[in-house]
Amino acid sequence: MIRLSSADTTVEEAEAAGAPLVDTVRDAVAAAFVDALDDAVIESFVKPGCDVIIRVRTDAWLQAADAARNGLGYRFFDFLSAIDWMPSPFGRDMDAEQDTDSADAGSAAAEPIVAGYGGGETRFQVLARVYSLYEHVGVTLKADVPDDDPSIESWISVYGGVNWHERETHEMFGIDFEGHPGLRHLYLPGDFEGHPLRKDFPLVARRVKPWPGIVDVEGMPGADDDEGADA
Amino acid sequence: MTSVLAVELSYWQETGIRMLIGLAAVLLPAGTFVYVYLFKMMSFMQSRLGPMEAGPYGSMQLLAEVGKFFQKEDVIPERADRPVFKMAPFVVLVSTFLLVLVLPAGPDAYFVDLDVGIFFALAVSSISVIGILMAGWSSANKYSLLGSLRATGQLIAYELPLVLAVVGVVIQAGTLNMQQIVFAQADGEIFGWGGIGNPYILTQFVGFALFLIAVQAELTQPPFDMPVAESELVTGYLTEYSGMRFLMFFIGEFATAGVFSGIAAVLFLGGWWVPGLDSSSDWFNVLGPAVLFGKMMFVSFLIFWFRFTYPRFREDQLQKLAWKVLIPLALANIAVTAVLKVAV
Amino acid sequence: MTAPSEPQQLAYIAGQAADARVNVDIETGDGMILNMGPQHPATHGTLRIVAKLDGEQVVSAEPIMGYMHRGYEKLTEVRTYPQVTTLVNRIDWLGNFANEVPFILAAEQLMEVEAPPRAQYIRTILFEMSRIANLALFLGDMAVQLGATTPVFYAFRDREHVLNQIEAVTGGRFHPNFDRIGGLKDDLPKGWIDDTKAVMGKLRTFCDEMEDLVVGNEIFQTRTRGIGIIPADTGLEYGLSGANIRASGVDWDLRRDNPVGLAWDKVDWKVWTHPDGDSFARYWVRLQETREATYIVDQLLDSIPAGPIMAKVPRIIKVPEGEAYVATENPLGEMGYYVVSKGDLVPFRVKIRSASFSNISIAPWLLQGVYVPDIITILASLYFILGDIDR
Repeated sequence: MIRLSSADTTVEEAEAAGAPLVDTVRDAVAAAFVDALDDAVIESFVKPGCDVIIRVRTDAWLQAADAARNGLGYRFFDFLSAIDWMPSPFGRDMDAEQDTDSADAGSAAAEPIVAGYGGGETRFQVLARVYSLYEHVGVTLKADVPDDDPSIESWISVYGGVNWHERETHEMFGIDFEGHPGLRHLYLPGDFEGHPLRKDFPLVARRVKPWPGIVDVEGMPGADDDEGADA
Repeated sequence: MTSVLAVELSYWQETGIRMLIGLAAVLLPAGTFVYVYLFKMMSFMQSRLGPMEAGPYGSMQLLAEVGKFFQKEDVIPERADRPVFKMAPFVVLVSTFLLVLVLPAGPDAYFVDLDVGIFFALAVSSISVIGILMAGWSSANKYSLLGSLRATGQLIAYELPLVLAVVGVVIQAGTLNMQQIVFAQADGEIFGWGGIGNPYILTQFVGFALFLIAVQAELTQPPFDMPVAESELVTGYLTEYSGMRFLMFFIGEFATAGVFSGIAAVLFLGGWWVPGLDSSSDWFNVLGPAVLFGKMMFVSFLIFWFRFTYPRFREDQLQKLAWKVLIPLALANIAVTAVLKVAV
Repeated sequence: MTAPSEPQQLAYIAGQAADARVNVDIETGDGMILNMGPQHPATHGTLRIVAKLDGEQVVSAEPIMGYMHRGYEKLTEVRTYPQVTTLVNRIDWLGNFANEVPFILAAEQLMEVEAPPRAQYIRTILFEMSRIANLALFLGDMAVQLGATTPVFYAFRDREHVLNQIEAVTGGRFHPNFDRIGGLKDDLPKGWIDDTKAVMGKLRTFCDEMEDLVVGNEIFQTRTRGIGIIPADTGLEYGLSGANIRASGVDWDLRRDNPVGLAWDKVDWKVWTHPDGDSFARYWVRLQETREATYIVDQLLDSIPAGPIMAKVPRIIKVPEGEAYVATENPLGEMGYYVVSKGDLVPFRVKIRSASFSNISIAPWLLQGVYVPDIITILASLYFILGDIDR
């Protein structure tokens, strides 16, 4: 374990010097992960002073956890969740002009899937965050979940606390975790159908009744840059 | 009683009067405790005012509460064992009413003058265990069952220190008769000095402390309130009771507190007697009840003070306290008392 | 209201039946099953604990939640960024303002704006005051869970002063909704600083009172010492944070170790830890933290800089594309928001990492083999807010 000075001082120093942002701590962390996981890492991304994102291969998901906890000393398990990268077929569910145009479902679904930091090829991506108490740096691990069979290895053998997080992710996204002892629903009633956090799951309240948020405020600030226009 | 009134009364008239006095003897202290301690003292300890609206300074609040309970529906769970469920509160109350029988309030003001008075009192106080067990079992509720089992285990365990704490007094007084115990305190002397008689709180202070702790446990009040621990068992064996039947349990709890503090007052504080006055004076038949009531208020003040201050023990810790601390201490107290009784 | 259609009724019946199946699944087995909650005096909220008992001993216990699930992660996807703060301060309703801060900071990080120093100070002050409001209640509540009725009234009495001060600034006692991207809604009212200093003095007296009344009580100690011991490594594995992990001897506080731009590094304060890891340690650490927070507030009030409270931000807030995770040390532990933005008015995905969810997830592990009264002790000492579990 390499002990380094606080990440944020490094950034501040870099900023003070006027140099482009360089985060030596997080660069080193990313490098350590690439070392430990070898070719299992697809992409590593460092956002200086903020975050490290490591994307690993789907089949190396458990191996990544093991390497993080037992190899690199990331003992603190922060959270595990997932992202549905498909653009919502319902648009933003706002009643701004551009939203009402695309309100009929399907038109927006044609938009391509664009993943965030670290990239991604599939619609679903699991992400988990672990934290090192030695270096005080958190790392976000990501892995793609296959579209045709949304399942991935469970982390439960490495981080016991992942139990509820995986149950939540299972019910919200419909992702299976192989090796999890009881993927029961955590929040929703036993027979709830559908996976609410998927983008194609409609938010019924918005479908039934339009959101008043934009209508009843005094003319959306900034619609007109002129201050006097509001008065 | 008849001698006090000095009027010839028929049997039924006398019985009627006795019943009214008995009711008053149970309900008046209970009501006073609820208002003075539960409503007001607890509120002041917790930096709030307590009831202020009903009557001057909230003094009518008690009537309002009773009226509320009268109006409520008497809900009986579907699966409950109905006859037992209905009977349980009465069994608990019976124990309280029997206790008050042997409590002397003056040289001639008593219900019965039993030669085994204190023995009788301690025996009938255990009847409430049966009532609690009945309530817990018949409610068809797991909380009730757990609560009543805890209560039973606790009441039986604390019966022993209660009895043993009294034994010291009995040895000193040389009698089980509660009236005679009062006289023994009035006429007694402490190691040859009889200036204030011998209130046993001075010579039996260990016994008094043990008695108070055991009473606290018998009343299932904090720190020994696991049977009704609201944060664990909702309200234990009371969970399924509502309306009138709950009120009876409630009265039973406070009336028993009153009677037990009365017994403590008789055993340790000289009962109806006041130092410096002739204990055979007829005045005590009038003054006695008031004096006894004052001493009861003092003892129950201690009981309720502990109640509002302490958190509760765990069941096993409570048993440990009873068997490993209180009972050995009580036995030691008996031994020392016996030795001194023989020696002095 | 129209009568439900037949398919709706059938769906409802099917739902009830499925719930019943789950219940049967959970509640059958050897030994007695004690079902605590969702309506139970000890769960402050609607947590349900199904405990298998052998006598008074717990064989296994399973918390069941979701009775208060409000779907905030879904709702944030259809709210503009400024609207989200209204939702998130309902997560941990006792530490209200502290919930808004990490989300706003995450949005600021993505937009690359920074609030002016005065705003940072006021944020920190309000953050610490919501910590005090939250923990003060815990200090009384833990005692009432153990059967002592009196301390909780002192807690409510003194918490009131803090809420009054928060209300004086934000206008809200429970849901301030005061934090804005780039700063704050308003400046401090006149005379507030002196009032708050007086209140902090009262809170220190309250902490002393609790130290005497609760920590010093022998029965409290017998009930909590050695109960629910969490080894540090197990705690970390389960994601325990905040006072729960500090009570296991882990010297880790996000306020000190990962400062996110607020003013904690400008004042002198101490991170309290306790080596025991039991319920008593957790109470003790929170007590010290409450007192420490009053000192932090005092120092910040002394050194608060003058200046604007709002940075220059566009009037329509469009957050540039990117992802950000910002976590702060909230009263209950680490609270973080993983915000994914697609450059729109609304977040694309917000993962809310709430402290209680992880803190309470250790309960099944911790509750094995304890006695029924210890369930209450342990849950009270882990300290959860239902809104923070269910979100």
